[in-house]
Amino acid sequence: MKRLTPLVLLVVAVALPWSTLHLPGLFDGPLNSPGTLQLLALCLVFGGLALGYDLLFGRSGLLSFGHALYIAAGAYGVDILISHYGWPLWQAALVTVLAAAVLAALLGSVALQTSGIAFSMVTLAFAQVGHIVISRDPGGLTGGEEGLPLASAGLPAALVGVTNTVNLYWVALAFLTVVVLVVHTVDRSPLGRTLTGLRDDERRIAVLGLSPYRLKLLVFVLAGALAGLGGVTYALVVGGASPHVASSELTLSLIVMAVLGGAGTRWGAVLGGVLYAYLDQRLARLGGALPGPFGEPLFVLGTLFILAVYFVPGGLAGLGGRFEPLRRALRPRTRTSAAAESA
Amino acid sequence: MSTVVLLTLTGLGLAALYFLIASGLSLVFGLAGVLNFAHGLFLSVGAYATWSVAGSWGLLPAMLLGVAAAAATGALVELVLIRPLYTRHTEQVLVTVGLSLAGVALLQSVWGADARVFPRPAWASEVIGVAGAQVPADRFLLIGAAVLVLLGLLAFLRYTRYGLVIRAGVENRAMVSALGIDVRNAFTLVFAIGGALAGLAGILGGMYFSAISPGQGASLLIFAFIVVVIGGLGSVAGAAAAAVAVGLLQQFVNYYGTAGAGDVSVVVLLSAVLLLRPAGLAGKVATA
Repeated sequence: MKRLTPLVLLVVAVALPWSTLHLPGLFDGPLNSPGTLQLLALCLVFGGLALGYDLLFGRSGLLSFGHALYIAAGAYGVDILISHYGWPLWQAALVTVLAAAVLAALLGSVALQTSGIAFSMVTLAFAQVGHIVISRDPGGLTGGEEGLPLASAGLPAALVGVTNTVNLYWVALAFLTVVVLVVHTVDRSPLGRTLTGLRDDERRIAVLGLSPYRLKLLVFVLAGALAGLGGVTYALVVGGASPHVASSELTLSLIVMAVLGGAGTRWGAVLGGVLYAYLDQRLARLGGALPGPFGEPLFVLGTLFILAVYFVPGGLAGLGGRFEPLRRALRPRTRTSAAAESA
Repeated sequence: MSTVVLLTLTGLGLAALYFLIASGLSLVFGLAGVLNFAHGLFLSVGAYATWSVAGSWGLLPAMLLGVAAAAATGALVELVLIRPLYTRHTEQVLVTVGLSLAGVALLQSVWGADARVFPRPAWASEVIGVAGAQVPADRFLLIGAAVLVLLGLLAFLRYTRYGLVIRAGVENRAMVSALGIDVRNAFTLVFAIGGALAGLAGILGGMYFSAISPGQGASLLIFAFIVVVIGGLGSVAGAAAAAVAVGLLQQFVNYYGTAGAGDVSVVVLLSAVLLLRPAGLAGKVATA
């Protein structure tokens, strides 16, 4: 039964656009309205991005502060190829994801020479260069601070227009499914167990005769490619790319998502990403109605995050297990009290 | 020639700003092992505290209040948020990340997201002629403040008992604890010092850019991180040398190269230093 749950959820998610269910408070319109579908698509994209990041952070213990660079490479790559050079979507997406992987291989091979905090700093610095370059608009390619809207002329007709938001939703769902399949395949393979070993004790992996550097580079490139794919999906859903996707804030929010949901767990990062994106969007919408600092989404999310680090170390995914002792503590007591009554 | 003088002094002014932020970061990392993302928040707290009372109190008392507020914020963050997590370094980093997000949003909700014009003493707006170059006087203010702070910090670390504890703690924290010294008090002290220096950097940065905004700390913080890593984690003198190198490189390349090339060249310098000398110019090997 438990194994079937993800499959059931997937079927529900695929079928969701046919529902006209109205959920007041949660969404502004019925489930199949374009606004709601757009919001849900964004949540799914962030779920996938967070899980891809968790491959580095939660599963391999690589605290990269530069993941946004590869997402930006995906978003801007596909945007530039379609809008400036008029490539068809499929070719542009394929080339962009490959380019993101190559970029990750190049920069990863330098950054992974260091470890620990220095690794975090180097990745942060690389991503910052990406952000600066994108903001400076080299050769009129990236559109500078304004961002680059995706030219709809170059897209398949099924992905253009408000009435086709549902197709973007399915694209986002497909992206999340791909990331889940890839990451869970890695989890189950010997590679996944080696990565866990790498996270817990790198020296032990080296003693076993494996090369930590090569393994880390492999997972860095894989995560970079997934981030590139995520960037492509993001550009499609949002309809363009802006310098925000390259900013360090995006990487920080990915960390928040992974930790909030439960880093290193099967579904934690997906859950955290979906929830974060939802709260971010909804709180920004409700912003004016809430008093004082609660109108700022980042204040609420940052505070939630700090509380989660202290009080829910396993994240949302670990919550179920936390109630287990309580449940166990309650059960014997009812039995003994019943025994006492009968006696 | 006059261009070179102007660029040098402007670069040194920027270096002074980086040094003020980086020295606190470096001490905090060296001693407590905490990579403090909330350092940018201390900077903004100092700047906004000064800005909000400068009109009624006069600039100098307002600056003192700003530095004190930033120091208090630093000490409070250490006592309330960092200390309960004792040696769990990843969690400590995560908490400071959350704090930087929430804190900037809080400032934004109180004072708005837009930049505010920051007051400066009248003489700082004048220009001074140096070797044929017209140099704005605020550069000298920044450089002077940074040199004073550098000398003060080095004297504090060398000649006082607390300085001794901090230096020993950076070297080997476990041994200091084993000798019966409560090194955690030194943590609070280092956070307060780092906060005060960041607050000062926020105030001087406000004068340098003549405006402050809630996000300003975060953008300066990244270059301060680079300075810390190049200088060697835990070393004040290393941070000073690295700040000068980064500030000058950034100014000169930005002027003679295309826009943004200076920022890129700083990162190239960082990767070169890390590959050739992973421990930085001076300092211990950077491991989590």
